[in-house]
Amino acid sequence: MQVQLRNPSRTLEFDGPLSVVKLLSRLDVNRESVLVIRDGTLVPGDAILPDDCTVEIRSVISGGSGAAGYPSTRRP
Amino acid sequence: MKCRVCRGPAIIDLRQHNANFCTEHFLRFCRDQVAKAIKDHKMIEPGERALVAVSGGKDSLAVWDILLDLGYEADGLYIGLGIDEYSASSGSYAVDFAEARGQKLIQVDLRNDYGYDVPNGSRAAKRAPCSACGLSKRHIFDKAALDGGYDVLITGHNLDDEAAVLFGNVLHWQNEYLARQEPVLEGGGGFPRKAKPLIRLGEREMAAYCVIQGIDYIVDECPMAAGNRHLRYKEALNTIEAQSPGAKHTFYHGFLDKAADLFKPEQQVGRDGLEPCTSCGAPTPSGVCAFCRLVDRATAAQPIHFTKKENVDG
Repeated sequence: MQVQLRNPSRTLEFDGPLSVVKLLSRLDVNRESVLVIRDGTLVPGDAILPDDCTVEIRSVISGGSGAAGYPSTRRP
Repeated sequence: MKCRVCRGPAIIDLRQHNANFCTEHFLRFCRDQVAKAIKDHKMIEPGERALVAVSGGKDSLAVWDILLDLGYEADGLYIGLGIDEYSASSGSYAVDFAEARGQKLIQVDLRNDYGYDVPNGSRAAKRAPCSACGLSKRHIFDKAALDGGYDVLITGHNLDDEAAVLFGNVLHWQNEYLARQEPVLEGGGGFPRKAKPLIRLGEREMAAYCVIQGIDYIVDECPMAAGNRHLRYKEALNTIEAQSPGAKHTFYHGFLDKAADLFKPEQQVGRDGLEPCTSCGAPTPSGVCAFCRLVDRATAAQPIHFTKKENVDG
């Protein structure tokens, strides 16, 4: 699957199927700080993401930095 | 994962509430939380006019949307801060939202209306960008609300914002600031009433609300705020929240329930002795207010028309 991240903008590849919780864990992203969006729709934590999907990991933290847990990233 | 209300497929899990919601019931949940905050803290009375401070971000657009949905009369106020592409982009989201809903949006531009912008102003005044920005916004919010005859100024501060500010104020025992952490600050003495209807909802909920409602907002954050202390506090609290869902709510609302009254005398002390600024008339401890001093320094050090001309001419 393709996983789109921001700040810096990049796309990572992961093998699916994979649950949202496991994906965020592999990315070392705090669930409290992001939304997972697939085709414009929110995806809850227990959803299974198939191998051929594209998802966006969108930080929800306001104030200028990257989401908690993002390694070496910072909002522009 | 099923909706707590209807048992249909859930689209979001809210661990702090130990609940999952479908689209319909999540939207209802958000509106109910805002309605409860307004009622519990007497933020807006029936028939009152509200002015919503809109940044183009998720929180301010969401609170404006919810207030309109709840039937309140609410106009918007957007301030162009002159932060390059960020301001241009954020302004377009505010304008688009207002136009799509046929709502009035008051626009103030720091460059055009006051002759400076946040980057230049912060350098000239030797203030951190967030400090110069906050000072400018507070002054203009107050002025616009009073000039427009609005009953209350609404801001999009959410639970995460308030918990992070509280965390910082407790960490440094800033008593005067703790006194101002109330979700409603009463008006008078040159100030409008100010209210924060999103104190029961976190950032994740507000972002989710915008995605569901199709509200386009500026996702990227202000480039001048990167790495500020407020963000570090948010990250620390989210680390705690991940282990103890509900910790942020307990921290902030526990403060309101059990400790905020202890600091109320400080609130009055902060307002006692204020007098009109000799330049603009806004309340200030003495002489010329901090905003007017910022404008004076910014425009004297680097008049904005020189900056714009240099940019155009290269």
